[in-house]
Amino acid sequence: MPAIESRPVAAEAAATGSASGRTGGPAGAPRRPLAPRPRFSRAHLREWAWGYAMIAPLFVGLVLFYLWPIVQSAYFSFTEWGAFGGQEWVGFKNYSAFMSDPQLPRAAWNTVKYALIILAGIPISIVFAALLNQVHGKYATLYRILYFLPVVSMPAAVAMVWRWLYNGDYGLINYLLSLVGIHGPHWVSDGRYTVYALGVVGIWSSLGYNMIIFAAGLKNIPRQYYEASSLDGAGRVRQFFSVTLPLLSPSIFFVSVLSVIGGLQMFDLVLMMLGKTNPALADSKTIAYLFYEDAFITNNQGLAAAIAVVLTLVLLALTALQFRLQKRWVHYG
Amino acid sequence: MFRKVLVLTGAGALALAATGCSSSKSGSSSAGKTESGPVTLSYGIWDAKQKPAMQQMADAFHAAHPDITIDIQVTPNADYWTKLQTAAASGTAPDVFWMNGPRVGLYAGQKQLLSLSDKPGFDNTPFPKALNDVYTLDGKQYAMPKDFDTVGLWYNKKLFDAAGVKYPDATWTWQNVIDAAQKLNDPGKGVWGIASPDWTQENLFNTMLQAGGSAISADKKKSGFDDPKSLAGLQYALDFVTKYKVSPTAQQMTDTQPDQLFASGKVAMFTDGDYDLPEYKGAAGLDADVAPLPAGPDGKKATVINGLGNVIYAKTKHPEAAWEWVKYLGSKEANEIQAKTGTVIPAYNGLSAEWVASAPQYHLQVFIDQLNDAVPYPVSKNTAAWSKPMQDTLDQIWGGKLDLQTGAKQIADQMNAALAKE
Repeated sequence: MPAIESRPVAAEAAATGSASGRTGGPAGAPRRPLAPRPRFSRAHLREWAWGYAMIAPLFVGLVLFYLWPIVQSAYFSFTEWGAFGGQEWVGFKNYSAFMSDPQLPRAAWNTVKYALIILAGIPISIVFAALLNQVHGKYATLYRILYFLPVVSMPAAVAMVWRWLYNGDYGLINYLLSLVGIHGPHWVSDGRYTVYALGVVGIWSSLGYNMIIFAAGLKNIPRQYYEASSLDGAGRVRQFFSVTLPLLSPSIFFVSVLSVIGGLQMFDLVLMMLGKTNPALADSKTIAYLFYEDAFITNNQGLAAAIAVVLTLVLLALTALQFRLQKRWVHYG
Repeated sequence: MFRKVLVLTGAGALALAATGCSSSKSGSSSAGKTESGPVTLSYGIWDAKQKPAMQQMADAFHAAHPDITIDIQVTPNADYWTKLQTAAASGTAPDVFWMNGPRVGLYAGQKQLLSLSDKPGFDNTPFPKALNDVYTLDGKQYAMPKDFDTVGLWYNKKLFDAAGVKYPDATWTWQNVIDAAQKLNDPGKGVWGIASPDWTQENLFNTMLQAGGSAISADKKKSGFDDPKSLAGLQYALDFVTKYKVSPTAQQMTDTQPDQLFASGKVAMFTDGDYDLPEYKGAAGLDADVAPLPAGPDGKKATVINGLGNVIYAKTKHPEAAWEWVKYLGSKEANEIQAKTGTVIPAYNGLSAEWVASAPQYHLQVFIDQLNDAVPYPVSKNTAAWSKPMQDTLDQIWGGKLDLQTGAKQIADQMNAALAKE
């Protein structure tokens, strides 16, 4: 990009953009001066005590409601439960039962498909965030509220309304399709369509949250970069790809990590939009749904714990992988 | 960085937290008090609409037994069983609580309930035999019947009049239903002759019985799904959808439930329990009535009977007081209170007149008269272990993914495997 490098401000932007190849910090960065050896004075101790006191409420809650259940579940995953308590150590039996479950491949594939659909919603969120940033004046707040409303709506109510919309015989969607001569399918009771139908609802309900993150990210991009690049003759498209996208990448990264975690945990929509006697249910189950069935319908708590442990490990691995890969494409301006 | 990963994955831990969480405190609030002093019994129920009636009984009982106070605890049905099971596991379930047929085997089999047959003054003769049988395990009865429900053939009078078809009555057989459904079916107007979903209590368990088969053998050890007669019952119900095409498809009945289709006048006939009476009573423009279920090809009449019962928790600290309360709940006086409120059919024989009179526009007596043909709702010690795979497979058959022969065989195999483990 020689055309841009002649101007100092643009060069700065370009530098941020081209740092992608390097993994280390800037070559000329000064080394951090060595700290003096810590002395455990009373003042230090008091400072630490205050620090721990400050984080204690959150920390205790986290240990009690997150970490301890994780430890317990990991233990339970090696046990078999009687209907009314009493656990028996069974080793890896639950894990082998889960791995040989004939429903697993289909459920795993559905889960991946659903996560991919949610990820596909990210570009849509970016577009909407960019458009929302163009709106000024009294309507800006109105639009923001409208788009954020799905995020704070009750999932059960959301599922119910979408069920009506998707109704094969009397739904609004199929009515609109019939106006243009298309005979719409049974979106939420035909196994060929359910994953996509649910995916659309997933995108719709996460759009508002993602947009807020992206809108904040967009606002953080200094205007001078756009001014400088347009002086250099960059068009809007070029600006989007050379300025906006690289500088928005931390937000994109954050949203995609959350989307993968959320997508792979897909459960509530399957339960609430499909219901229990649905011919499409067998084709639409996700891993988290299998967990629910074992934990709360057939009361096989040990097996359910094993599923939860496997799901957590997969999420952990995928998130760690994303953090590794981010070095290749995320630019912290 | 690893810490960040941990925090983000914390969301994943929610699933884990769900299995990890254990006992919720509920139940006997009067620990430490002796049997002779004043006692408070906790009474677990799941229907808030019935609480006033239950409270009325509790007050009447307290007047007669000033030493015993009843504390009614309502848990919505959606959470009732999950909460009850965790509470029972930690020894804190209510002293007395509501029980139903599909669960009684599990609770009684795992020694969570006191046998009522051993109690002084226990008398189950005022209740329908089929209902007593639902709660009887290895010769001992564990629940005092509270109310019951049977299934009838609901029909839309307007649609019958328009098609010039005679209303269903007690003489009807399967063939009458098939003929009528074909005459009533009118795709041009969006009207179906009948709704025949893969629902078991409302449809399939009954048709299997009418054909001379059953869902489960009398000794509760073998599945009845591989019995050719049961198969004929399933075939009859499925034919409405696939052969005669006079019923909405499984997909259509998933998108819009058959009871909603019936309530909105899209379906001329639907076999349904008495418990949907409030829905049909309140449906605008619906002019409906109800007839007995039709007889099978050999003239056999049958409906499953289900309902609720009152049980005593095995670990209650006040077994005597709890028995007094349950005995009262099974008395004529208590059942009369229940009959007057009109929400459910009281289990006590001869007290259904008030309930029948609560909606004179319907022949509700049908549900009572069918007691003669009533068969206990099919249950075993661990009903949930086979009822879920059964429903899953039925969904596949109704959805057209599996043929009936293969599917029924599959259900029988899964069910037999589950029953063998009991």
